[in-house]
Amino acid sequence: MSKILKGIGASDGVAIAAAYSLEEPDLTIGQTSVEEGQEDREVENFKGAFNQSKVEITKIRNHAEEAVGPEHAAIFDAHLLVLDDPEFLGPIEDGIRNDKKSAAQSLVDTRDQFVAIFEGMDNEYMKERAADIKDVSKRVLAHILGKELPDPSNIDKPVVIVAEDLTPSDTAQLDKKFVKGFVTNIGGRTSHSAIMSRSLEIPAVVGTKEITEVVKVGDQIIVDGSAGDVIVEPSDKEIKAYEEKAAKVEEEKAELQKLVDEPSKSMDGIEVELAANIGTPDDLEGVTSNGAEGIGLYRTEFLYMGRNEIPSEEEQYEAYKKVLEGMDGKPVVVRTLDVGGDKELPYLDLPKEMNPFLGFRAVRMTLDNEELFRTQLRALLRASAHGNLKIMFPMIATIDEFNRAKALLIDEKEKLVEKGTDVKEDIEVGIMIEIPSAAIIADQFAKVVDFFSIGTNDLIQYTMAADRMNEAVSYLYQPYHPALLRLIQLVINAAHKEGKWAGMCGEMAGDEKAIPLLLGLGLDEFSMSASSVLKARKQISGLKKTDMEKLALSAVDCAETEEVLALVEEYTNRA
Amino acid sequence: MEQKSYLITDETGIHARPATILVQTASKFDSDIQLEYNAKKVNLKSIMGVMSLGVGKDSEVTVYAEGKDEEEALEAITETLSKEGLTE
Repeated sequence: MSKILKGIGASDGVAIAAAYSLEEPDLTIGQTSVEEGQEDREVENFKGAFNQSKVEITKIRNHAEEAVGPEHAAIFDAHLLVLDDPEFLGPIEDGIRNDKKSAAQSLVDTRDQFVAIFEGMDNEYMKERAADIKDVSKRVLAHILGKELPDPSNIDKPVVIVAEDLTPSDTAQLDKKFVKGFVTNIGGRTSHSAIMSRSLEIPAVVGTKEITEVVKVGDQIIVDGSAGDVIVEPSDKEIKAYEEKAAKVEEEKAELQKLVDEPSKSMDGIEVELAANIGTPDDLEGVTSNGAEGIGLYRTEFLYMGRNEIPSEEEQYEAYKKVLEGMDGKPVVVRTLDVGGDKELPYLDLPKEMNPFLGFRAVRMTLDNEELFRTQLRALLRASAHGNLKIMFPMIATIDEFNRAKALLIDEKEKLVEKGTDVKEDIEVGIMIEIPSAAIIADQFAKVVDFFSIGTNDLIQYTMAADRMNEAVSYLYQPYHPALLRLIQLVINAAHKEGKWAGMCGEMAGDEKAIPLLLGLGLDEFSMSASSVLKARKQISGLKKTDMEKLALSAVDCAETEEVLALVEEYTNRA
Repeated sequence: MEQKSYLITDETGIHARPATILVQTASKFDSDIQLEYNAKKVNLKSIMGVMSLGVGKDSEVTVYAEGKDEEEALEAITETLSKEGLTE
């Protein structure tokens, strides 16, 4: 009997494959002591578990090296050494032979001693190493207990990944060839797993609440990312219906593909720029294949994440250059480092905060870590010679912050020019609008910046005072709320008054209900997941800008989100 | 027994990557090899021992090697420390 779960459609498309769970098995220890005379067998049992773990970690290591590069594989070399560590193996064997503990119990006790040492060190980086020891020990413990840990890097047939939630390290291990879809218990359209699924262009449904409870590994499962439906153990009839739907989706994709080289023009001939958001140079392929006219947001923090030290100027330069050359003269807006808040970098040793989203993050942090900031700016300036670079500072609240950041940029530029380095003359420098203060005095900012790019996820969170990670207040995440539309209107009008341009690089820029409003408000650049670009191009080609201007003017005068949505419906169905 | 002292000049001290390579190097030798810092000695073939010392910038450490390949071991360790940028 099939069962249908409702969730939030995070990435369009239909997938039909076997479920693969990333949930971990119960690793409770049953037997805590070893029987008299069984010590040798128990020691063998624990050594066998270590060896099996070594084989697996070596596989994961090699996979990581191939998929994300040697820098990211290094951590697994350290894990392998833990499995060979005489100071770790010795006490475990002693515990079995002398204290008559079971292999599992002795492992856990020895692990806890080391974890306590590392957690007690007064260095954030060393504290993090306790997690490595736990991670390695968990694998060994699973083998001792005869349980299997999920191992996404070893998947070798088509699957739909099912999990409570997906972390960046989970998704880094996934082989895109075999992963046909995602289904998670928690999350919304802007959670990591949702954004990831759109950039991988695979169907996903998030926030189903109970998929991990309902599905067993290997169960056949259908994911309908457009409708937000998940069907567990479907009937033959259902499979047939969804196969047809999948074929239709493919057909529509092929239809959209014809728009790849077309301009992005409204029905009445007004051209806008449709750009893509990227995280790494690897994303360039999707940008080109989806016909984006530029990159509206290059999130440089991925260069800094998942590693042990700050990336060198040279390494950054190579990455930026690759993106600029890959875009072949089309605009590339690079956002300077945006960490802090929920994005941590252990090696920076940033303080823990009560309200990380209101705290020491993005440009607030980089202005205080001048060397780190200057290194990134130098790498960007050097790369500017290879394409059409625009630099954007995140989380700007005051004009002074912008002036200070720009002064550092100019200082580095002058030094490079003096040394005879090739730097592009007219690099545009702009800010992200995420903080209401910046939106409200956008008229003042417009006099000093070259462009604005509105980051909607944070702007909504700060305008509504609603933590976007907190499910209990998720109803306040209202992109179409008149308060937000008025802020966007202020920003766009302020830019145009000074002859500058205004873009948007949040999720909202690719949202089909928001696009008519944004077009009407006069947005110049829409930057979204690459996979949304063609759909947006098609939608805009069917809208009249003059009509959308009327829609926008009425929408900002509404009292509630529902009224705005009703207006959008009315205006877009009219044509 | 051979012994040698070093001044660690790396900004972040002996962190994960160089510690990994240091332990890999030490493990190639039969000799018993110890690392001393702050009056605490650990087995240089133990990644967790080395990391647990928390050796930071500007620390002085001493390496002891004892066994039939003690000289080669110390030489290889000196080279690794310098190649990984831990010492000047």
